[in-house]
Amino acid sequence: MSVADEWTAGPTGSAPAAAQVDVLVLGAGPAGMAAANEARAHGMSVLLLDENAAPGGQVHRAVESRTPKDEQDRDGAKLAAAFRASGTDYRPGATLWAVEPATEGGGGKVFWSEGGAARSVATQRLILCAGATERPLPIPGWTLPGVMSVGAAQIALKTAGLVPEGQVWLAGQGPLLWLYAVQALERGGRLAGIIDLSPPGGLRRALPHLGRALKAPEYLWRGLQWQRRVRRAGVAVTVARALRAEGEGRLARIVVDGVAHPADLLLLHDGVVPNTQVTRAIPGCVHGWDPVQACWRPGLDLWGNTAVAGVMVAGDSAGIGGARAAVHAGRIAALEAARALGRITTDERDARAGPLRLLRDRQLAPRLFLDAMFPPLPPAAIADEVVLCRCEEVTAGRVRQAVALGCLGANQTKAFTRAGMGPCQGRICGPAVHGVIAAARGVAGGEVDPFRTRFPTKPLTLGELAALAGPL
Amino acid sequence: MFRRTEPTDCTITWEGRTLPARTGESLAAALLAAGITAFRETPVSGSPRGPLCLMGACFDCLVEVEGAQNMQACLVPVSPGLRVAMQRGARDFVEDAA
Amino acid sequence: MSSPPSHTGLFDVAIIGGGMVGSAIGYGCAERGARVAVLDEGDVALRAARGNFGLVWSQSKGDGMPAYAAWTRQSVALWPALAERASALAGRDVQYRAVGGLTFCLDEAEYAARAHFVQRMHNQGQQGLVMLDRRQLQDLMPGCPLGPAVRGASYQPADGHVDPLTLLRGLQAGMRAAGGVHLPGAAVEAIDPIAGGYRLRRADGSEVSAQRVVIAAGVLTTKLAQMVGLDVPVRPVRGQNIVTERLAPILPLPASAIRQTGDGTVQIGVTSEDDGSFATGTTVDALSRMAGRALRVLPVLAQARMVRGWAALRPMTPDGFPAYAESTTHPGAFVATCHSGVTLAAVHAGPLAGAILTGALPEHARDLHPDRFVGMTDVSSH
Repeated sequence: MSVADEWTAGPTGSAPAAAQVDVLVLGAGPAGMAAANEARAHGMSVLLLDENAAPGGQVHRAVESRTPKDEQDRDGAKLAAAFRASGTDYRPGATLWAVEPATEGGGGKVFWSEGGAARSVATQRLILCAGATERPLPIPGWTLPGVMSVGAAQIALKTAGLVPEGQVWLAGQGPLLWLYAVQALERGGRLAGIIDLSPPGGLRRALPHLGRALKAPEYLWRGLQWQRRVRRAGVAVTVARALRAEGEGRLARIVVDGVAHPADLLLLHDGVVPNTQVTRAIPGCVHGWDPVQACWRPGLDLWGNTAVAGVMVAGDSAGIGGARAAVHAGRIAALEAARALGRITTDERDARAGPLRLLRDRQLAPRLFLDAMFPPLPPAAIADEVVLCRCEEVTAGRVRQAVALGCLGANQTKAFTRAGMGPCQGRICGPAVHGVIAAARGVAGGEVDPFRTRFPTKPLTLGELAALAGPL
Repeated sequence: MFRRTEPTDCTITWEGRTLPARTGESLAAALLAAGITAFRETPVSGSPRGPLCLMGACFDCLVEVEGAQNMQACLVPVSPGLRVAMQRGARDFVEDAA
Repeated sequence: MSSPPSHTGLFDVAIIGGGMVGSAIGYGCAERGARVAVLDEGDVALRAARGNFGLVWSQSKGDGMPAYAAWTRQSVALWPALAERASALAGRDVQYRAVGGLTFCLDEAEYAARAHFVQRMHNQGQQGLVMLDRRQLQDLMPGCPLGPAVRGASYQPADGHVDPLTLLRGLQAGMRAAGGVHLPGAAVEAIDPIAGGYRLRRADGSEVSAQRVVIAAGVLTTKLAQMVGLDVPVRPVRGQNIVTERLAPILPLPASAIRQTGDGTVQIGVTSEDDGSFATGTTVDALSRMAGRALRVLPVLAQARMVRGWAALRPMTPDGFPAYAESTTHPGAFVATCHSGVTLAAVHAGPLAGAILTGALPEHARDLHPDRFVGMTDVSSH
């Protein structure tokens, strides 16, 4: 017996027999809840996995335990209530870590961890609604304790009622930054100031898309309201080009275009990108580069089907569209799943999906305007000494050296620098590493291969993994 | 840095210090509310780090919880009396066992 | 840097393949003053080098093939010098540690089989390889929390391990520092003889000409070798790997299929899946079995997090041993293939590179000619 044989020997088929469901949904955000509700309405068995303790996703986080403050909260609460009543087998605190699509036809296998144990299930259709993640904003000193993302502060606000106080600065650009500022101020929080790093000329770039954006004028109206409320609250907004964080062992000050200010919390934001960690790990799942949002998106048909049979994507993980668009996309995907499994006819699917498409298109109307307004900050401007990969502490300079050594994409760069090899597996640094490589090569982002993600897409213990093969 | 707007209902200990906390909130939120920013020292350079994302993605909020190392503080819910310490460098099983 | 630069003029040597084998030969040739071009594919090529386990290993090499055993020993002896140069070139320690290497035995049957193998290797001239029982193993690694299943291990004091990715970086940096040219981004599609050498045509339309050409294309070697009249059957054998989060020191010696890297991660491997497929995905079934065996060696790893799994395709010849040849129909065209690119990096960058420049393969490599495969059915499993 060779060493390799010894290391993989064992009884075959000793893993507990997997149960079978019609549809497995990943994520209990707007898209995931809507997909589950629609799938249940057509009599399909649905298992929904979500990492968090309660439904809502990021936008409706902890929505069931908060008093609704606005229309968005009310939408979220209604959706969550319907989801709770839908008969979905809902698994909070469950982390998906592998997908093995079927070799032919529908029906694949999904693996996850829940309560400290690895589990698996066979499913006819997989609808991935993994949402979005914040684009990293690597500035000098962003690894110092006391520097966090705006999204993180919003989670602390929604789940624990923490409001900013003291020398708290927001920096970067994008709608979430302004929304958080408003939410924090409404809850009695205080901000030292906002550093607006958005590239100049935003309005000029966005104006050609204004007509279309006005199909859903509430988005622009809300955005203007947010900015006005922040200014009315007396929060100084400084337009700046360069920002650094400084301090010994923790954040002490920020330096804005050469001017220092005391700081004990700096919250960074540069927009959001689709979470494609799972789809990129599935062999054959094709992705395309979105030059406007500067991100990768899974290639989908009109219904949310990926290039891999049985694997579907809906919501922001297919491309940033916001919570309302995600709800419609989730329902459309579930209708297609119902058709594929013979629960409804093609005509029924088309008839039901038609109105949903119109609603979704309306919600997507302002996107071009917003994307033109807030293009991602240029990776070429990141200084060599700035850490990109926080896990392995790899600087932009190291990444540029790897490019000079002939690395064409993120994967060779990973091999040569360890960027993206740590526990987060490139989740945080991926867009930044990719952008720095493209800029250093002088090519468009679409010409640079992104990190190839691998299963397990989230860490699990060797004990959990080994238990799948049966007792030791 | 942060101020609580909701009451606390229990305590936890951080490096032997008693801190107020709220049952069910994330450990990371409880530490941040108490003004603690440095949760760990990295295994690569030993530099101090605190949470970045609070959503389970960044692995920068690792702490030691009741002797178990490398726990993501943003994913561990607070329970009364929880003993928490800084994660110093790489996880150490030999020390765990000792 | 957006379009591949056009390279006119004649290189002394063009190497097809920028993996562990091609990079070592390229570095060795460039260091000896040759004008070298290393031609490589893009970011997601089928790279065995990425799946390398990082062992510098002699204890299991060359059973029934004395030339391979001797070639391996020669490389291990040259390794300390290579490690020093590669670290300097990579700008980072390649973490070569010749601390000795183990092959764990987890029950009486495994121990007896391994002891028999060790005896056989001893009879074929391997020095230093011994069996250690559990107590001797504990004395060798005091404090290492070995599981109760560990019966013993074979032990070769000359063996060791290295960070293969930093090594690869060092070899490529060294090739460039010595004036070599690295041309990534396009596969080679044709090798045409021209006056005084060969012209290589690439998928992006570019061409590279050289006096000599070395095919070091891993699992894609067979087709290219045919273009220069050499029959070198190579098939892909998939190997899956597991890597954990960084841990404080727990396993001081590398072992076959489990080692703790210089960065603290524990690497577990490696399957040997000989299904003819070029798929590079992992399977949960294989990963869980590998994890299970690792836990029998070190039960405390049950709480360690796996952060990454990946698979790579190793090039396998019919008997599993390396193959080296210069074409008789196409003088100046060489082939070099093996699945021990790390262990053999020192001979590839040393004697083999020198021989390619002067035209006569070194002694042990000469005995590893692919002619031996004629009429052979596949027997390899290592």
